[in-house]
Amino acid sequence: MQTPVNYLARKHWKQTGIIALIGGIYLLSSYVLKFDGLGGVIAIPKAFAWLGINFRPTANSTQYLPSIWQKLLGTVMLAIASTVVASIIAIFVAILGSKVTGGNSIIQTIVRGIASFFRNIPLVAWAMILLFSFKQSDFTGFLALLLMSVGYLIRAFMEIIEDEASETMLALKATGASYFQVIFQAVIPQIMPSLISWILYMIENNVRDATLVGILTGTGIGFVFDIYYKSFRFDAAGMTVLSIIIVVIVLELLSNQIRKVIL
Amino acid sequence: MLEVKHLEKSYQKDKPALTDINFSVEPGTFVAIIGPSGAGKTTILRSLNQLIKDDGGQILLDGGDIRTANKTQLRHYRRQIGMVFQNYNLVERLTVIENVLHGRLGYKSTLAGVFGRYTEEEKQEALTLLKKVGLEEFALQRCSDLSGGQKQRVGIARSLIQHPKIILCDEPIASLDPASSQTVMQLLKDLTTEFNIICIANLHQIGLAKDYADRIIGIRHGKMVFDEDADTLSEEILETLYDQNATEELG
Amino acid sequence: MISNSDERLVIKPKSPQPNKIKLHEASLSRYMIIGVLVSLLLITGYTLMHLDAAGVRINDAVRGLMMTLNQMFLQPSAGSDGMVLLLQALGISLLLSIMTTVIGAVIGFILAVLASKNLTNAYLGSGIRTAMAVVRAIPTIIWVLIFSIVCGLGTNAAILGLSFHSVAYLTKAYSESIEEIDQSTIEALKVTGSKFWVIVFQAIWPTIIASLVSWTFIRLEINFANAVAVGAAAGAGGIGYQLFVASGMSFDFHEVGMIVYLIIAVTLLLEFIAVKLRKAYIVK
Repeated sequence: MQTPVNYLARKHWKQTGIIALIGGIYLLSSYVLKFDGLGGVIAIPKAFAWLGINFRPTANSTQYLPSIWQKLLGTVMLAIASTVVASIIAIFVAILGSKVTGGNSIIQTIVRGIASFFRNIPLVAWAMILLFSFKQSDFTGFLALLLMSVGYLIRAFMEIIEDEASETMLALKATGASYFQVIFQAVIPQIMPSLISWILYMIENNVRDATLVGILTGTGIGFVFDIYYKSFRFDAAGMTVLSIIIVVIVLELLSNQIRKVIL
Repeated sequence: MLEVKHLEKSYQKDKPALTDINFSVEPGTFVAIIGPSGAGKTTILRSLNQLIKDDGGQILLDGGDIRTANKTQLRHYRRQIGMVFQNYNLVERLTVIENVLHGRLGYKSTLAGVFGRYTEEEKQEALTLLKKVGLEEFALQRCSDLSGGQKQRVGIARSLIQHPKIILCDEPIASLDPASSQTVMQLLKDLTTEFNIICIANLHQIGLAKDYADRIIGIRHGKMVFDEDADTLSEEILETLYDQNATEELG
Repeated sequence: MISNSDERLVIKPKSPQPNKIKLHEASLSRYMIIGVLVSLLLITGYTLMHLDAAGVRINDAVRGLMMTLNQMFLQPSAGSDGMVLLLQALGISLLLSIMTTVIGAVIGFILAVLASKNLTNAYLGSGIRTAMAVVRAIPTIIWVLIFSIVCGLGTNAAILGLSFHSVAYLTKAYSESIEEIDQSTIEALKVTGSKFWVIVFQAIWPTIIASLVSWTFIRLEINFANAVAVGAAAGAGGIGYQLFVASGMSFDFHEVGMIVYLIIAVTLLLEFIAVKLRKAYIVK
């Protein structure tokens, strides 16, 4: 029998259980990973103190600025290019594969499978495999980001189409409009803002990921940071991080402004 | 003239959604289909333009069977059948006039439709229709800026520009406030007479159905319970539609 | 039979207007969409034309890539490390991501409450939001590298680095969910004289639990990917490190294939759990 009293009691136990579970996970993980929680907490102020001293850009480090900004600009452009190419591929595939606009269920399943495959192969694996064949070049970085983004964007675009366009699609179908008319007159205009919003988000994300890819493939801003870091030129490394922060935040603010206008 | 004969549909085996639906409607008639939720009203309506594929029967529009039409023929039937939706189903980001012109897509070549090229005559007609539904000054507004009642009138204009023989209204006023509901129902009634078309609307509100429709069809459990003139429809017959005891007897 | 029924309609265009009828007015949003699309395409075009391919011949490279992919996906093997070691490493990465997500969720929720516009004073809120934006702007891998200077390379640095980014990410996600709550729900409890944290756990927590769970699991998926990444790029251990060694040092692509399959298996599992959980909470 479900009475209010024992419902509340059960809820209470459930809450306690969840808290215990979270604590348990934490303790178990700490033990297995040999993580020193207290040491970790102490490490944080130590890290920041160290950052404050060593990462502080000095007058001397301004000499690195031109090369940092050049690489950073290149990285941003690479992130944009890979996102744009990925979105162009993704929108076609998403239209083919979505439940609303797609072909039969076999095509839909195949598209979902491909998207999931590209999305779930780790970026590191893409970067390393491509590095082996395409060598250390910007093109390798571009391809790694492209392959990763395609998977994400296909899924995102399919969800957008299914959420936002199914009703208008039905209305235009009922007027006797043909498939392509429906796509271009109803689906595309309807999803355009969400589409752009996702593209902007993916660009921000790719700028951050480009740093990782750069460290692995020896390109762009990641490579620059890695060199300074490994050669103990920490003031230059600090300058690099500062520049990344500025660029990422500016991009975020810019995209937010764009979103506000187009939505 | 629209004739529906022995229409059948089931979504799951042994669970018929529609059984043996028969009716015919002359031009200039406003028909309301009423019944409890889940009775099959929407299924009937969407079968008429084949947005839902039914399982058997005949749907004859001026003698031609929509059910057996091939893809091109179906598109040609569909452009003679306008549809108005509960949630308006407009492309919210486009302007009012662009949404109205969408009703012309069925008549255009694929390419002209894809790029949204409309003739000046079509645009002029869109404006005339907007005036008819009382929205001419909103032509260049984005649909997302309109109220629910206004959106529904855009939806009606969109169906009218198809030069339809039939307009199907799937719960046209279910999302509207009472005042807007009255406006929309009055508009549908007037247009039915003025253009001599068939208007079929799914409704929840029996009162509004009696006030505006010429004929009322009652549906329960996928079966037609009655098909009466709105004026002669008696309370007793109406009660059979919603009566709890009757439901149990059937079950 | 099928005909355009033009004749039946009374309305006919009376006199064609001299000017073309406009279908839409110039609007900022329209210009912005076109502007954004055009500039993105221009940047892309410019970048692609100036892309440095290091003199690699595309045909050869693609053939090489196909060979690599063939080795990876069609002939995976555990290689010299053996399956046991790989599974252990996989477990470490998974544990790493779970732990950092838990840390991120707990601290993130507290910070999110303090940062939400509808709950706290503006100064504290915007202070936290700004700090979190800065933390988020720094890529995870750089956080790990920074901490590895103090803690030394290894899991400790990875945990701190991943946690930092998780906290910042979840603070933003949670506080956006909190800000969507209807103000009246909060006010209803405020008028009863409830204390701040009582309101948080009695009204806010239950209201947003579905989106909390959803965001936390999204972060868990991201953290697993990040755990693999920092293992490879910062030598922080786990399956990522094995991946790095196999693909960048021993060039055993059969092993790379096996590792990728293992990682995909875990991500699919996480995705599956996330979908189930989301459904369970939405139904409630």
